[in-house]
Amino acid sequence: MGSRVVEPDLEIVVDDERIRVAAGTTVAAALFNHGVSAFRRSVSGEPRSPVCCMGVCFECRVTIDSRPHVRACLTTVVDGMHVQTATEP
Amino acid sequence: MTRHPDAVVVGAGIVGAACAEALARAGMKVLVLDASFAGSGTTAAGMGHLVVMDDSPAQLALTAYSGELWAALAPELPRNVEHVSCGTLWVAEDEEQLEAVRQKQHAYMAHGVAAETLSPAQLAAAEPHLRPGLAGALCVQDDAVIYPPVAALALVRRAVANGAQLREGVRVDAIGAHEVIAGSERISCDCVINAAGAHAAELTSGIPIIPRKGHLVITDRYPGFCHHQLVELGYLASAHTMTTESVAFNVQPRATGQLLIGSSRELVGWDATINHSIVRRMLDRALDFMPGLALASAIRTWTGFRPATPDKLPLIGAWEDTPGLWIAAGHEGLGITTSLGTGQLLADLIVGHPPAIDPAPYMPSRVLAGAGVH
Repeated sequence: MGSRVVEPDLEIVVDDERIRVAAGTTVAAALFNHGVSAFRRSVSGEPRSPVCCMGVCFECRVTIDSRPHVRACLTTVVDGMHVQTATEP
Repeated sequence: MTRHPDAVVVGAGIVGAACAEALARAGMKVLVLDASFAGSGTTAAGMGHLVVMDDSPAQLALTAYSGELWAALAPELPRNVEHVSCGTLWVAEDEEQLEAVRQKQHAYMAHGVAAETLSPAQLAAAEPHLRPGLAGALCVQDDAVIYPPVAALALVRRAVANGAQLREGVRVDAIGAHEVIAGSERISCDCVINAAGAHAAELTSGIPIIPRKGHLVITDRYPGFCHHQLVELGYLASAHTMTTESVAFNVQPRATGQLLIGSSRELVGWDATINHSIVRRMLDRALDFMPGLALASAIRTWTGFRPATPDKLPLIGAWEDTPGLWIAAGHEGLGITTSLGTGQLLADLIVGHPPAIDPAPYMPSRVLAGAGVH
């Protein structure tokens, strides 16, 4: 059977940049694959990124379709989704 | 100096802290005792709204005086006190409430407090997340917010800089004539200030102070969601009436971008557990005024106990039944605001300076006749 290659088949917008991702990907995985390191910033301005990837640590929060503080690790990408990270403080 | 302080302040909540600060500044040797740690009780549970209120002329006099003292102190407060001069908007739902807003404006301006009536369009521009169709608001621009436990600590530190001593984890068991008893320790002094807040009546029998429970909810950070402390005009009725329970719309923007959502009032003794039905009512009330709050994540809910008196005014002054005893307690939901006025008033009375406002309405002697809390 061989390994299955998942082709990127939908498009999301990350900080104004269009990227192609495979259906079924979590937003956190998509952001990691895209090279995002600062998902959000702490109250003192430090960059933060996912720790647990299972919804517990809340470090992966991003703004999705204008809704702030959504956990990227628990959210599956949807075609046309807009994701805003804290790459810019 | 611990053996013979001039004044022992019982309770390092924000009221005790303000008393200690004012007494130390007046040159007295002050010892502050707290059963836990400074700012840990009702002070830590409060919203930190520095607000001028006009439920009675005496309340207006004390809150306005305290507001002036906070404004003067603000530049000297450490950053972590998070003092923000955001102002208050008293929101009117209908024409009847708008008429009350106009009366409130007259009362404030007659007392020298700047206040401006906002039209529905001005209100919508000032706070776009309020629901459409509101009648207007009163903007009291000099009101502010602080982070109360840190403010209490800052006041204690100012007292310490003037020679005061803070001892935490010291539970006072009894107050006698010119003395305080804590465990096996007996501390003599010229005067004792009972600033034990909602617990004040446990140390001085005859004080009609009971705990009035409140809930607060804090959200995650949504910077810019609102810009003023927002309070419905009906809040005064909720605060004034000693009904079993009431809620009012009261939302505060924190310096962190978080939103603090209140408020509730219940008379249930010392039960600190969260009452989910009243939290639901409180949040529904908030959502009614700000539908966009529905998207916000609440991250913590807690309760606290306001020290309530029968006539909604604090007790500030000598307690004539016990030589050397002074009371500074019973500030209900206004203790953060009125702490500074209370401290200065009490210090003036103790050292014999003419006070800036008439102390008569706050004299504890008014309740010695034994009026109960109703």
